[in-house]
Amino acid sequence: MSTAVDFPHFVRANQVEALPPPNLARGPIAWIRENLFSGVWNTLLTLVVFYLLYISVPPLLKFLVIDAVWTGTDRAACRADTGGSEAGACWAFIWDKLNYFIYGSYTISERWRVNIFFALLAIGVVWLLWLKAPRRDLGAVYFFWVFPVVSYILLTGGNESFSGRFWIGFLIFGALVISLFAFLAALLKTSIRPALILGGGIVAVIGITLALVDLDFGLAHVPTSLWGGVLVTLLVATVGIVVSLPFGIVLALGRRSKLPIVRMASVIFIEFVRGVPLITVLIMANTMLPLFLPGDMTVDRLLRPLIGTALFASAYMAEVVRGGLQAMPKGQYEGAMSLGLNYPQMMSLIILPQALRIVIPGIVNTFIGLFKDTSLVAIVGIFDLVKTIEASRIDPAWAAPTIGITGYAFAALFYFVFCFSMSRYSLGVERRLAAGQKR
Amino acid sequence: MSAQHIPSAAIDPKAQPAIEMIDVHKWFGEFHVLRDINLNVKRGERIVICGPSGSGKSTMIRCINRLEEHQKGRIIVDGVELLDDLKRIDEVRRDVGMVFQHFNLFPHLTILENCTLAPIWVKKMPRKEAEEVAMHYLTRVKIPEQANKYPGQLSGGQQQRVAIARSLCMSPKIMLFDEPTSALDPEMVKEVLDTMVGLADEGMTMLCVTHEMGFARQVADRVIFMDYGQIVEMNTPEEFFKNPQHERTRLFLSQILH
Repeated sequence: MSTAVDFPHFVRANQVEALPPPNLARGPIAWIRENLFSGVWNTLLTLVVFYLLYISVPPLLKFLVIDAVWTGTDRAACRADTGGSEAGACWAFIWDKLNYFIYGSYTISERWRVNIFFALLAIGVVWLLWLKAPRRDLGAVYFFWVFPVVSYILLTGGNESFSGRFWIGFLIFGALVISLFAFLAALLKTSIRPALILGGGIVAVIGITLALVDLDFGLAHVPTSLWGGVLVTLLVATVGIVVSLPFGIVLALGRRSKLPIVRMASVIFIEFVRGVPLITVLIMANTMLPLFLPGDMTVDRLLRPLIGTALFASAYMAEVVRGGLQAMPKGQYEGAMSLGLNYPQMMSLIILPQALRIVIPGIVNTFIGLFKDTSLVAIVGIFDLVKTIEASRIDPAWAAPTIGITGYAFAALFYFVFCFSMSRYSLGVERRLAAGQKR
Repeated sequence: MSAQHIPSAAIDPKAQPAIEMIDVHKWFGEFHVLRDINLNVKRGERIVICGPSGSGKSTMIRCINRLEEHQKGRIIVDGVELLDDLKRIDEVRRDVGMVFQHFNLFPHLTILENCTLAPIWVKKMPRKEAEEVAMHYLTRVKIPEQANKYPGQLSGGQQQRVAIARSLCMSPKIMLFDEPTSALDPEMVKEVLDTMVGLADEGMTMLCVTHEMGFARQVADRVIFMDYGQIVEMNTPEEFFKNPQHERTRLFLSQILH
């Protein structure tokens, strides 16, 4: 093909057709040379990494798999002095204690209820997270209303037997909520009817929920002090995740609000909760919450750390979401406002969908942190997975040198599987959203 | 398409002005950006606003749909005075379309969704009808085939035409243009201007901040020249270009017309 480089005068006569790119694929040896040994420094690094892998991976595999003890009924299998093997992990211990790790001390004859809870949770998670699932709007109703109510009845046994006084109190509360909505509508000068419908709907949902919880389904009562293991860990994590995202969004919007009282309240909450270690929040929730409540009112001892972790995660979530809100260009707000969208519409349709997408990595980071932080509820006497392992570790029937390490290895594996899946899922969502709308 | 979606300004016989600005002042902190703005825009009138950068021309038209708040004076849009009442501001914004320099399309929505969003949520129009209206206006700005793409996949000129269609879907009575061609590649300016000329020919009330003097000559009923937050000169385009009165106007025109 001729070029025009040397000529002062050039007019293109024929169009250059688009060609496929030249084949850049090369053999594995070329790839290795280019990526691992491309210079002195790189070669050195590669060798160091290989050496580190060599001294860490084989012993780990040897301990966890090759030399591990897989069967056995008590400590004899994992002790050298009784003819067992001490060189590897004692998986027989995990197998023997597995039910305790999953259910804690939950009444043995009622454990099928926990299994149903796990199944319902799995259905809800898949329904919401699988982006192509049918009727995801129903999935949201299921996950945020049906599932919690059913789980509560299943796990505790329901049959709360509310008194007549309680129901009268609820009626007064309902009337207050509805009038509050009407008042807000009048204050914001929007039409009253949708506000009334919204307020009435909220009261109705709460009422139906309470009535369901009040009903006697013939399930035996299982006090929360018996719950434990994976059940508690998943419960605390799920409640924390489900509460912290919406509450964090509200806090983030509050912090950017123009109304000084709303802004101040959000800032004080966020900064206070963030400025205090989770352990302190948990201990405060455990010991101080009852002090603030009227004398005859008690809060369940599992509910206290649940509230504590949820509020703690919300404060972090609020800051993550605020980062996303601040990254939104001003033009997006102006475009939405110029079309006549009001504030809730602008936020829910235009700003939040984009802002939240920007901060997916941060949101999932907070979720992962929260998931692992659930192990701290042990500090207030809740038997989560780590605490059940701790308790089993000192069981004399399984007294053997490798028991502790095996227990913690099991916990590490459990946490890793969940956290890694969250991380992978969020990467998938990011990729999918990025493919849909190239900027 | 039925006739009901054609902007009603053209057939509205009411004598009341579309926009009235009376002694409007605005400050950004200590900085006095708008000073003594008095302007009456008749229905169906097309006004081009020009002036050096920082002269307050964008701020002025952004006051008309309350993207900026004025601190003194009165602004009355289509008979509704702009006060602090949020509900009335939303009412005004519903009737006043705005096209921005940087398009401000919503990147997470398709072109069609960009156009149907406000009719569905603000006007409570059924989705199907909103989509018909959107396709009507997308056809008018000559990009119906892009309806299911995302804004990021379109050229600048196409995006700006989508932005115009998005505003038209609300059947506005007044259209504000804030330097609609300034961020475009030279090759794309004409397609956007053609769309705007078409709109002007249909009798839309338009306020347009632009430096496209050819456009001003072709469609404007009045040209306004602003400097230091004030209206310095206002005249018909013929007189404005042929016979500028104010010293500052003459200097400005000599800078931009070669």
